[in-house]
Amino acid sequence: MRAPNKIGRRIRLSQSAKAWILLAPTLFFLLLFTVYPILRSGYLSLHAFELGMREPEFIGFENYTRFAASELFWKVMRNTLLFSLMTVVPAFFIGLGFAMLVNKQRAKGIGFYRTSFFYPVMMPMIAIASIWLFMYMQESGMVDQFMLWMGRKPIAALSNRSTVLPALSVMYVWREAGYLMIFFLSGLQSLDPEIFEAALIDGSSPLRTFRKITLPLLAPTTLFVTITALTDSLKLVDHIVIMTEGAPNNASTLLLYYIYQHGFIFFDQAKASALTMVMLIIMLTISMGQFLNQDKKIYYN
Amino acid sequence: MRTAVKRLNILYYLVAIALSFIFLIPLIWMVLTAFTEATYVMKVFPHKNWTFRNIQYVWSQVPFARYYINTITIVVSTYAIQFITITMAAYALAVLKFRGEKLVIMIIFIQIIIPNDVLIIPNFMTISDLGFTDTKFAIMLPFLGSAMGTFLLRQHFKTIPKALSDAATIDGCNTAQIITNVYVPNSKTAYISFGLVSVSYHWNNFLWPLIVTNSVENRTLTVGLALFAKSKEAVLQWTNVCAATFIISAPLVLIFFIFQKKFIESFVASGIK
Repeated sequence: MRAPNKIGRRIRLSQSAKAWILLAPTLFFLLLFTVYPILRSGYLSLHAFELGMREPEFIGFENYTRFAASELFWKVMRNTLLFSLMTVVPAFFIGLGFAMLVNKQRAKGIGFYRTSFFYPVMMPMIAIASIWLFMYMQESGMVDQFMLWMGRKPIAALSNRSTVLPALSVMYVWREAGYLMIFFLSGLQSLDPEIFEAALIDGSSPLRTFRKITLPLLAPTTLFVTITALTDSLKLVDHIVIMTEGAPNNASTLLLYYIYQHGFIFFDQAKASALTMVMLIIMLTISMGQFLNQDKKIYYN
Repeated sequence: MRTAVKRLNILYYLVAIALSFIFLIPLIWMVLTAFTEATYVMKVFPHKNWTFRNIQYVWSQVPFARYYINTITIVVSTYAIQFITITMAAYALAVLKFRGEKLVIMIIFIQIIIPNDVLIIPNFMTISDLGFTDTKFAIMLPFLGSAMGTFLLRQHFKTIPKALSDAATIDGCNTAQIITNVYVPNSKTAYISFGLVSVSYHWNNFLWPLIVTNSVENRTLTVGLALFAKSKEAVLQWTNVCAATFIISAPLVLIFFIFQKKFIESFVASGIK
């Protein structure tokens, strides 16, 4: 009885060793560029490390308390929240609408519609920002030309405190809606068509079918799309670099751009690290929903 | 009843075509403007005075040829290395039994939740500690292990019947041979899916390459465009900026237009993490 047991253990042992060898390269990169940087930010955020200092100096939570007392920090947080809301909500509904529109199997030109809605995802954000910068340009830009043609005043959307975030959101919704569309589309296509036939036979109105059947059945997709859209809106700053640099008067400074500013314009890595920790906490909080729903998602392919 | 259905159909096409058109306006404007002479006032559909001068001018002002070579080098090498790392990791996670699997899955989830995009500060410090700043290698390094790719491929490997690899084992194949002869050839769709997502991500990535490079030899197309768009020569010169935008985004958008279906399927597959 002993011999097979021994062999069994030997095989398992060598399987374990094999597994760790195979995992080593991936783990090396994930540990070095995802786990270690999180710890490093946490450590450095408790220090002062400005330009000209040789060694970081421990100061406890001072970086955090300073931000908490800073009006600009809260303005940035408000901008970030506003930008997320102004992009996620419309992109969500437009994406869902698009998915319903292109889910019609027998219609002609489906491929064309899908392509038109999705192609912005394939363009670099930098390219998109460069184009929209001119569309929003004061007086000669397309938007202001349209206003003049309507007999109104030009709005100079990007240099106006009250219009800069909405203007950036419109551009971002244009890019994100097509991306969200495809998740809704795969969600819709996984639903059983018989349910809808039954609803039709029962005389349910299209609106009622949508509200009482389609939306509840799409719940896992909905959650996933919301989390994806929120995370995407937080991790992109390319458009700020090109279009506004936070102007006018920090009305368009978003959290990740604020991190970038501290790190690479003010050269204050410690404060930038504290802001990075704030960002990580926000992202973790958002992803909690994803974790709770993890099992469903893994099998939902 | 019939006329109602007909009307609904007409309404459907009107809405679909109108929306498609609205979404295409920025692209149409960019392409037409790139190939027409500058006008004093911006036109939505410039259609007179066609010219290649904008493209020629931008090409001569900005070392786009160099940037093209850099971007292609980075995109191709990144995917080539990812191909190896994710294959190895996915095989271990899908097929082998070992202690600590939960820990590995947790580390993978951390990267899925916290993308590298938000870790620019500490990762830049690591890159400069290692002395890799201003190299193409620095642009690629944080992405060489991919949680998303590993996960996507693991799910695919799990669907491959064990009988296939058992047969290979009986034929005398070792682990490496089983991976290359059984698992890799049977997972083409997963590799293509992840490949398209990886290539488009790295072609379009901006902030990280901006931070870690500062020479023409290593900059990518996106960084080159940003520097040009922000330079004095570009102010108010929308024809030139459109030409530059066209140069950097044309290849990917064109390939997407041709393989639209495959692309969209890939993004769906990769989104389900």
